[in-house]
Amino acid sequence: MTVFGWGVFKGMLVTLKNFATSYFRKPDEGGIFTVQYPEEREKTIENFRNFPFLVYDETPEKIRCVACGICERECPPKCIHIEMETDTAGKPARRPAVFDIDYGLCMNCGMCEEVCPFDSIFMDHAFEVTAVPISTNLNKTVLDQKKTKVSAERAEGLVRHKEKLLKSNEYFREIRPALASAIDQKRKAAEEKKRAIPPLRHNASDGPVLGRESTGGQAQPSATQEPK
Amino acid sequence: MEQTMDLKNKDNTPLLEINFGPQHPSTHGVFRMTVQLEGEKICGLKPVFGYLHRNHEQIAENLPYAAIMPYTDRLDYVNALANNFSYAITIEKLAGLDVPERAEYIRIIMAELARIVNHITVIGFMLNDLGAFFTPLLYAFRERERILDLFEEVTGSRLMNNYFRFGGVKRDLTDANLAAIRKIVTRFPAFLEEFENLLTKNEILCMRCQNIGILSAETATNAGITGPVLRASGVNYDIRKVDSYSIYNRFDFKIPLGQRGDVYDRYYVRILEIRESLKILDQALVRIPQGEIMNKKALPFLKMPRNFKPPVGEAYGRVESPKGELGFYVVSDGTPQPWRYHVRAPSLINLTVLEEMCLGQKIADAIIILGSIDIVLGETDR
Repeated sequence: MTVFGWGVFKGMLVTLKNFATSYFRKPDEGGIFTVQYPEEREKTIENFRNFPFLVYDETPEKIRCVACGICERECPPKCIHIEMETDTAGKPARRPAVFDIDYGLCMNCGMCEEVCPFDSIFMDHAFEVTAVPISTNLNKTVLDQKKTKVSAERAEGLVRHKEKLLKSNEYFREIRPALASAIDQKRKAAEEKKRAIPPLRHNASDGPVLGRESTGGQAQPSATQEPK
Repeated sequence: MEQTMDLKNKDNTPLLEINFGPQHPSTHGVFRMTVQLEGEKICGLKPVFGYLHRNHEQIAENLPYAAIMPYTDRLDYVNALANNFSYAITIEKLAGLDVPERAEYIRIIMAELARIVNHITVIGFMLNDLGAFFTPLLYAFRERERILDLFEEVTGSRLMNNYFRFGGVKRDLTDANLAAIRKIVTRFPAFLEEFENLLTKNEILCMRCQNIGILSAETATNAGITGPVLRASGVNYDIRKVDSYSIYNRFDFKIPLGQRGDVYDRYYVRILEIRESLKILDQALVRIPQGEIMNKKALPFLKMPRNFKPPVGEAYGRVESPKGELGFYVVSDGTPQPWRYHVRAPSLINLTVLEEMCLGQKIADAIIILGSIDIVLGETDR
């Protein structure tokens, strides 16, 4: 029907048109859309999830995590390791002494964020993650345990310890404003509720609690949080 | 393989046996085939699987049901949402969970977008195999990027979506998301028009693809082939119509069929399928209702995945993934982990007719025949 080669010619016209118009069109409509990466960056999308991090409220000491271990248990590739802190008397202190995440194992699924009842672990936006030099990442004892430098690097290179994982709530608000403000509101409401409850309880069980007020007072608020 | 030099055909001319892959750019992953050649003609072909075996099924049998969902993303990593869909349907069957209306619509919208992504990717890579080096692929990727940006906004990740949950979806589509999808859908036909102008009538493409790698309808049905490969052979079998899972029976769309079952038909059926997907999207975007996105009964299991224990029994759920019938077979013994978990991967089963299609063809054509089947090794080897 048509001249042999007409299809190829038409195809050439398409490529020619794309080549020419790419200089005039907007990037969104078929123009040049290359982003010169390290210098230029695209805006990150709020819901984008990468490796997890831990949120602290005002100071790194006020960590939200209570080392309940739910994320550790539910993590599909088992990349989280938690150990609870104990005080001098040997009682659990409801804060993590060790909180390690192996970024080499983590598959960015977001399960930990979903199951956390204390709003403490969230998925980060930082995607430029590299194995840090062992001197900064490892403490001396672990380094001594490893036989060679190479194996130590392999084993520990992408493991992030608690100190590296902790990030402030301000940072969280910056990367995910909508989610962070929703969670802030939720926590505020919960705190107000908590503040309203304790006097009532104190009156009801005044006698027996008196002797060990400090531990009882600490345990109670978190117990009211748990059944969410 | 040690007997390479002894291989001879009837006329006593020696055959050449070569290994194709596993590290070959056109094998779409780590796929290897052992090809016996008589000159340039293929007279024997053996696919070799297993280089990307990751023990998916055994891992899944040691995980709670919800924790398997992110692993299913890694099966067919080009369109993770279809895998999520199939697995979610299976577990909902097993546990007897309903899905709210809005969630069903969201599922279909996302699954059809994933189908479009998959088809344009396949066509782009197939043309790469043909030697149309990267121009059509980059045109396709330009459009794909828009859909992937939307996926990132909705699901949190571009490829490993992990979006579906038992009894619903993870996150609602906002009005802004719906507007973005509408924009994609309205713009897509213009791109397809341009893409077809570039390719469909192109003489070089026609000469390379027509009457190459013919798969007869009979062989295809006997071998259990599904998906676009089967429909290109002229067999009208689409699980969206046959099984009408989810709410596909409410949409008006056609099943495009090929006539000869050659590589060209497989290419063209995919182009037509994108058009039908756009039709479904058009209808879904108009009809999507307001409401819940998660079944109330399933909500507590989001926070406590280990408490999710389906009753003792078995279920097989399947969807029409862009590559064919993707099915999950799960047996529950009442514990939080499945007792048996099996994946019916379309890529693996579609590969079984590769030899049939390649016999008598030139070695250069084997590459496009392999490309036209549309395999993903993550799914084949699991």
